[in-house]
Amino acid sequence: MSLDKFLVVSAALFCCGLYTIMTRRNGVALLMGVELILNAANINFVAFSHYLGKVMGGQIFAVFVIVIAAAEAAVALSIFLRLFATAGSVEVDTADSLKN
Amino acid sequence: MNETNFFLKYAYIIPLLPLSSFFINIFFGKRLPRKGDWVSLLTIVTALVMAIGIFYEVIVQGFSPDFKYHVTYPWLTVMDRFHVNIGILVDNLTAIMLVVVTLVSTLVHLFSVGYMHGDPKYNRFFAYLSIFSFSMLGLVLSESVFFLFIFWELVGLSSYLLIGFWFEKKSASYASKKAFITNRVGDFGFLAGILIIFAATGVFGFDEIFASVAAGKLTGTLLTMAGIGLFCGAVGKSAQFPLHVWLPDAMEGPTPVSALIHAATMVAAGVYLIGRMYPVFTADAFLVIAYTGTVTLFIAATIALAQNDIKKILAYSTVSQLGFMVCGLGVGGYTAGLAHLATHAGFKACMFLGSGSVIHAVHSQDIFDMGELRKKMPITFVTFLIGTLAIAGVPFFSGFFSKDMILGDALAFAMLNPKHYALFIVPMFTAGLTAFYMFRLVFVTFFGHARDHHKFDHAHESPFTMAFPLIVLALLSFAFPFEHNNWFKTLIVKPKSAVVLPAGAGHGAAPKHEAAPVAAGEAKHEATPAAEVAPHAVAPAEQAAVAPAEHGAAPAAGHGAVETAGISAEEKEHAAHVKHVTHVAHGIAMYMSLAVAGTGILLAIVVYILGWIDPAKVKAACLPVHTFLANKWYFDELYEVTIIALVMAAARAMAWFDQKVVDGAVNLVASINKWACMFVGRFDNLVVDGAVNAVANATIGGGTVLRRLQTGKIYHYAFVLVGGVVVLFLLKAF
Repeated sequence: MSLDKFLVVSAALFCCGLYTIMTRRNGVALLMGVELILNAANINFVAFSHYLGKVMGGQIFAVFVIVIAAAEAAVALSIFLRLFATAGSVEVDTADSLKN
Repeated sequence: MNETNFFLKYAYIIPLLPLSSFFINIFFGKRLPRKGDWVSLLTIVTALVMAIGIFYEVIVQGFSPDFKYHVTYPWLTVMDRFHVNIGILVDNLTAIMLVVVTLVSTLVHLFSVGYMHGDPKYNRFFAYLSIFSFSMLGLVLSESVFFLFIFWELVGLSSYLLIGFWFEKKSASYASKKAFITNRVGDFGFLAGILIIFAATGVFGFDEIFASVAAGKLTGTLLTMAGIGLFCGAVGKSAQFPLHVWLPDAMEGPTPVSALIHAATMVAAGVYLIGRMYPVFTADAFLVIAYTGTVTLFIAATIALAQNDIKKILAYSTVSQLGFMVCGLGVGGYTAGLAHLATHAGFKACMFLGSGSVIHAVHSQDIFDMGELRKKMPITFVTFLIGTLAIAGVPFFSGFFSKDMILGDALAFAMLNPKHYALFIVPMFTAGLTAFYMFRLVFVTFFGHARDHHKFDHAHESPFTMAFPLIVLALLSFAFPFEHNNWFKTLIVKPKSAVVLPAGAGHGAAPKHEAAPVAAGEAKHEATPAAEVAPHAVAPAEQAAVAPAEHGAAPAAGHGAVETAGISAEEKEHAAHVKHVTHVAHGIAMYMSLAVAGTGILLAIVVYILGWIDPAKVKAACLPVHTFLANKWYFDELYEVTIIALVMAAARAMAWFDQKVVDGAVNLVASINKWACMFVGRFDNLVVDGAVNAVANATIGGGTVLRRLQTGKIYHYAFVLVGGVVVLFLLKAF
């Protein structure tokens, strides 16, 4: 298998994530889109590391990203929990009290 | 003299005592028990005790005509050229003045406790009495003409405050202003005199001035001008002829004040000044002084003849007696003038307080409301009578002792300078007038029948605090306190003149004759042993005495020593002649003054007791004269139409100039400014503020537009992000 196939999968995954972020209003859905983008990036890291580098830097970076993504998901979900408790929904458009 | 001059050493405390009570009374008097009169009394009694202590140390223990206690410290120095010293000078004259001032002041304080009882401004009255005592004591203790002037103005201020004490009365506030302004006129001359002396000698201290004048730094006409300038101050303060108008009006003040300030002490300050500066007066200046005194004493005595207000009569008699003192000093009677100062303080204060007692009893000042008061007020009557006997010049009373000396010196002067005989005749005649008008006052007030029965029934003897001062002062109206052991004549001797005759005139016979009174004094002075000079006593008089002799001889130096010796022999002969004339004159003057005083008293008895001559008929017979005298020679009216009118016209012209020209210029500048400001204001509003507002508006507009970009919606940001990446990608690709 050549590198470009991995990159195509990765780009498709990124576009799915981007599309999710741009079209959805639901906070949880946005979080899912972000996870897709992060995983697209992970695929890239691992693919480039496998084909180009002789060291394991890409793989290690991917592990880091997964950890950070887990932490980010925990923080973001707890924020949405509080948002739901106060505003009654997790639609991000409704959380505009700082702006107005 | 011994070294334990305890009181002398602390002499500077004497004026500070009343000063402290002034501050206590003016600030806290109202809250103190008895409104603080005891504070003033306590300090003035302490001052009296100290003054008597000094009197004992100086007069009794010191007993030397040259006694002098002089302490001085530098006070102010400017550029090594202008020195003012602060210090005190106590000699025989000061010691006597200290006792006179503190004694009369103490008695007046005591009298005021009764007289001012219940006055709403009781504490302020005592505060003013204290500040007056402070100023007067400072004045007599001054050792330089600079400080004398300061205290001179301070007594003027306290006099102003006390004359206008009842300022609710329009007449009192007018009188206080009149006194103050009239004194200013005299003080202008005084200041000019001081400045002439300072300009020529560069010193202020009495001793230094005398030494400088004796050294020839100030001679001739300029010295005469300086002397007349100093005398101008005395003219104002001692109410001499052109400026005498304020003193009778000053009687608007409370009567104890009249006794203290306007009879006994402050008005004598002018006489004291002449006595203090005696060595610098030239013969011409003395002539001016003598004639001024003579005119004053005559005018005032004639006015007193036609007055009915008890205080006005006493006021004019004060002016007249001050004229006697000034005249005495002017004709060379140094001892006589100052003796009259001391004796007059006693008997005139006695009579003024007596009049206060009478006014207190009958509530009227018109002597024709009174009559027969001797039965109701025996103490007041007897003390007043003693005072009257003293002023009339009856033997064994103090007035005889001093007035006789003045008349004797005047006669001696007239005999030596026959063209000035008026200087003897007028005072002698006036002595008779004095006896007449004073006994008129006594007879009308205390004898005869009660004219106003309501007031007579109401009358009563005054309380003890008011009677006691009368008794003390009456005792001092006898001659023995002054004649005992002849101490006054021994201790108060004329200082030698420091005047240096100008070089051109040193030779001629005429100026020598002019200087006769001065020479007469020197002749007398030689009789007192100069060897008794105290060890630490400075004797500038001695230095001054040597100098004029040398300088008088200086112009003759060119002619050789023989002629110089001749002059001194001639001078000795002249001095002997003067001494002889003086002796003869005093004998003649004594008998004449006795006769004149006796005539005056007899005339008063004939008119007012026996009724042989009806005063109403006399008045009708010479009505124009009476009207003229009753209106005080129309001096006030004369000043009203001349000086006051002139000053008012000048003031109005100045006011016009001020309002039209000065104010006009100011207003013009103001309008110009206003116009300029209006333009500047518009520029500020439109351009400067406009720029600032434009910046602000642009910022607001920009903000309003740009804030729309910040939606806060994440998909907008994501869209822009992606769009940006796409654009970058396209830019890179093509």
